[in-house]
Amino acid sequence: MSRVLVGVKRVIDYAVKIRVKPDHSGVVTDGVKHSMNPFCEIAVEEAVKLKEKKLIKEVVAVSCGPTQVTETIRTALAMGCDRGIHVEVSGKDYEAMGPLQISKIFAALAKKEEASLIILGKQAIDDDCNQTGQMTAALLDWPQGTFASEVTIDGEKVKVVREIDGGLETIKISMPAVLTADLRLNTPRYATLPNIMKAKKKKIANMKPADLGVDMVSRVEVLRVDEPPTRLAGVKVETVDDLVAKLRANGTI
Amino acid sequence: MLLGKVSLTPALCTALRISPGFSGIQKQIGAAATQNVRLYASSQAAEVGNESQSFAINMFKGQINPSQVFPFPSVMNEEQTQFLQELVPPVSKFFEEVNDPAKNDSLEKVEDSTMESLKEMGAFGLQIPQDLGGVGLTNTQYARLVEIVGQHDLGVGITLGAHQSIGFKGILLVGSPAQKEKYLPKLATGETLAAFCLTEPASGSDAASIKTLATLSPCGKHYILNGGKIWISNGGLAEIFTVFAKMPMMDEKTGQMKDKITAFIVERSFGGVTHGPPEKKMGIKASNTAEVYFENVPVPIENILGEVGGGFKVAMAILNNGRFGMAAALSGTMKGVITQAVDHAANRVQFGSKIHTYGAIQEKLARMAMLQYVTESMAYMISGNMDSGSKDYHIEAAISKIFASEAAWEVTDECIQVMGGMGFMKGSGVERVMRDLRIFRIFEGTNDILRLFVALNGFQDAGKHLKSLQKALKNPLGNAGLLAGEMTKRAKRRAGLSTGLTLQGSVHPELSHSGDLAVKVIEHFGVTVEDMLLKHGKNILHEQFVLKRVADSAIDLYAMVVVLSRASRSLSQGHASAQHEKILCETWCIEASVRIMKNVKDLKSSSTTQVFKNMKAISAAVVENGGIVAPHPLGF
Repeated sequence: MSRVLVGVKRVIDYAVKIRVKPDHSGVVTDGVKHSMNPFCEIAVEEAVKLKEKKLIKEVVAVSCGPTQVTETIRTALAMGCDRGIHVEVSGKDYEAMGPLQISKIFAALAKKEEASLIILGKQAIDDDCNQTGQMTAALLDWPQGTFASEVTIDGEKVKVVREIDGGLETIKISMPAVLTADLRLNTPRYATLPNIMKAKKKKIANMKPADLGVDMVSRVEVLRVDEPPTRLAGVKVETVDDLVAKLRANGTI
Repeated sequence: MLLGKVSLTPALCTALRISPGFSGIQKQIGAAATQNVRLYASSQAAEVGNESQSFAINMFKGQINPSQVFPFPSVMNEEQTQFLQELVPPVSKFFEEVNDPAKNDSLEKVEDSTMESLKEMGAFGLQIPQDLGGVGLTNTQYARLVEIVGQHDLGVGITLGAHQSIGFKGILLVGSPAQKEKYLPKLATGETLAAFCLTEPASGSDAASIKTLATLSPCGKHYILNGGKIWISNGGLAEIFTVFAKMPMMDEKTGQMKDKITAFIVERSFGGVTHGPPEKKMGIKASNTAEVYFENVPVPIENILGEVGGGFKVAMAILNNGRFGMAAALSGTMKGVITQAVDHAANRVQFGSKIHTYGAIQEKLARMAMLQYVTESMAYMISGNMDSGSKDYHIEAAISKIFASEAAWEVTDECIQVMGGMGFMKGSGVERVMRDLRIFRIFEGTNDILRLFVALNGFQDAGKHLKSLQKALKNPLGNAGLLAGEMTKRAKRRAGLSTGLTLQGSVHPELSHSGDLAVKVIEHFGVTVEDMLLKHGKNILHEQFVLKRVADSAIDLYAMVVVLSRASRSLSQGHASAQHEKILCETWCIEASVRIMKNVKDLKSSSTTQVFKNMKAISAAVVENGGIVAPHPLGF
C-alpha cells in the first residue's frame, strides 16, 4: 500500500483584516493570527479519509518555512496524519519562496519518500497562485488531477472529478499522481483535544532544502505591494439616454 | 531597636490601642485560639500571627506580602505553553463555527449535535488526568479554554462547568484512588455527566442547614439517602451526583449525637433518584436546571467522598477550587461584548461624527476596558497562584468571583447602552448575554455572602494578629523589639505618615506613583480594619453595613495590586501594549483609591453610623408594613 505526502501551508488567518506594511514591501505578519490554509485542510482531510478507508498506508504532512510552521504540521498530525516533515526555510529565502521552490522540494521529497500520491490544496489564500500542484506534477512527470471535488482510488488508478468553468470533468489518471483539493472535496474535521494530545507523540523530521538538492533562489522579485484602490461611489441616472451620454463622456464608448 | 524600659503601662496599652478584653472575638469569629502564651519568647516578630502568604490576608493587617502577586505569575513551562497554544484554535473555531448560542437559548438546551461534538472534543474532562482519559490541564490552561467558552456561550459554559468545575470536582480533590478509577474515565468522555447537589428549598446561602438525610442501613453496608435538592445544574442530565446530606454522628467530645454533613457520590443507577422538569429561567437557558429527589437511595459506604462528617469542608473546597474559572470565563464574555460595542461605536455616525469621538461613549468604552483588564488579571493571577501550589487563595478567589460577576454585568449593560436600540434587539445577541449573566452574582455563593466571607476572614486574621500582640504585651520585656516596632508603626499611621511600607522593587518604575497610591491605601485600610475590630469587638460579626464596605475596599485594593503587577510585567517585558496597559493601570488605581478612601472615611464618620441606623429603621418599617410605608402623595 501507498504513502501520501500532503502539503500544508501556514498563512494569515482568513478572518484577519490584512494591512499593507508602511514600506509597501509586503503585508504585516508580525503578531497577526496565522492558521493552516483552508484548502490544505481539505487536502489533509482527504488523505486521512483515504487512510481510514485503508486505501493508503501512511500520510506524511509537509510544510516549508521557519519554526512557526511546526504549529501547522502539528494541526495536520492532530487531524490524523502519521508524521511530519519540516523543511526549514527562513529569512530572505522564506520571503521570496514561491510555487517553483515548493514544487522542487515536493518533487525531491516524493522521490525520497517513495510517495504514490501528493495531495495539495488548489491554491493558498495569501498569494492565490494555483501553481504548486501543477508545477510539482510537471517536475515529476506525473499525471495531475487538479480542482478535485471527488477522489476515488481504483487499484492503481485514481478517478478525479474536477471542477472546471463549464461544470464538472471526470478523469482517470494513473498513480503516482498529484491531486489538488477544491472547496467541495470534503469538510475538514475539527481537531479534538485528545487527538492533539496524541499528536504530541508523533514525529516531525527536520531538513533543509539543500539536503534535498533544491536551490531556493527566486526568479521573481516583488517590487511593491499596495491595497486595492478604494471603491468609488457610483452615480445614479434617470434614463437610458442619460446612461449612454455619461458612458460617452467618460470615454467608455 | 529596643525601647529603654518597657512596662505594661496604661500609656502603652493606649498606644497600642489594645483593650484587655480582646479574646472574645476569637471564639466568635471561629478561629482556633492559641492558648499558649509565649512568656519566654525570643521576641522576634515572626511569630505574630500565622504568616500567610496571601496578599489579601496581609493587607487586612496593613502589611504587604508581595510573594504571590509580584511578579505576575508565569507558571507554564514551554511544553504546557505549546500544548495550550495548540488547543486554543480548535476550541475557538468550534465555538465560532459550530455552536449556535441563539439556537441553544431558544431550544432551552444545548443542541444534541453540539453536545456530541463537545464530548468528542474532550471538553468534558479538561482537568481529569490524562491517564484517566482526560486532557490533564492545569488551572491556568483550563482558565484559557474556559475563557473561550465564556466569550461565546455561557449556557454551554455552565453545562460544562456544573459537570467538571463543581459536579465531579470533589472526586478529583478528595476522592480515593478507587473512586477516581471508577468514575473519572466515563466522566472525562462525557459518557456520564455530573451534578453538584447542595441547595435545598430551605437552604441556600445557609448551606449548613441542609436537611437531606443519610442514615446507615441495618446491614451497615449502605447509607439510605432521603431528601430533595433544588436548582441543580445538569440535574436532569447527570448520572453521577455529588450529594451533601446530614448524618447524625456521635460527637466524641460531648458524647451527644450531632448532625454533621457528609458528601456522597450517588449514581442515578442506585435507584430512587428522580428529577423534575427543566426550570424556566431568565438566562443560561441552554443549561439544564432541575430539582433532584432522593427517595430511599441506597449509597454504598465506599461512596462517601472525603471524611465522614467532613462534607461542609468538602463543599467549600470544591466551590473555592472552581471559582477562578468564573473570572476567566467572564473575562472572555467581556472581551466579546466589548468587541461588539467598539464595532458599533467605530461605525455609527450621529450628528456628523462617529460616536466614539464623543466623551460620553469614550468614558463607557474606557471603563469597560478597565473592568475587563482587572478581571482577566485576577483570573490568571489566581490560577497562576493555584498552579504554583498555593493553598491560601480563598479570599482572592472570592474577590475575583464578586468582581468578575459585577464587572461583566456592568460591561454588558454598557455595551447595550452604546449600541442603543440595536443592543436591545435579540439579533445582536447582547441581550442574551445580559440575561445569562444575571445568575453569576447569585450562584456559587451570592456576592453578598462572599463579601461577608472576605471581610470576616480578613478580620479573623487581623484579629489573630492583634491577639498575639495582646499576648506579647503580657511579656513586654521578652517582646520589646516587636512591641516597639508595632507601636511606632501605629503611631506613624495614625499621624498619616508612611511606615516604610513600599512596593518599590516590585512595581515597575514607570508605575511608582500608582504603587505609592496602593501603599497609602493599604496603610489606611489596615488602620480602618483595626479600628473596626477595636470598636465592635466580637460584634463585628453582625455589623454587615461595615463588613460590606470593608469588603468593597478589599476588592478594590486587590484589584489595584493585580493590575500593578500585570502592567509592571508588560512594561518590563516591553510589550507593544505596555503603554496602553500603563494607562489602564494608572486610571484604575486613581479611581479605586478614591473609592477606598471614601469607604475608610465613611467608616470613621458618625454621620455614616447614623445612616446605617436609619437604613435599619427604614427596612424594619417596610418589612412590618409588607411594602412601601409612606402613603401615596395623592393621598390615595
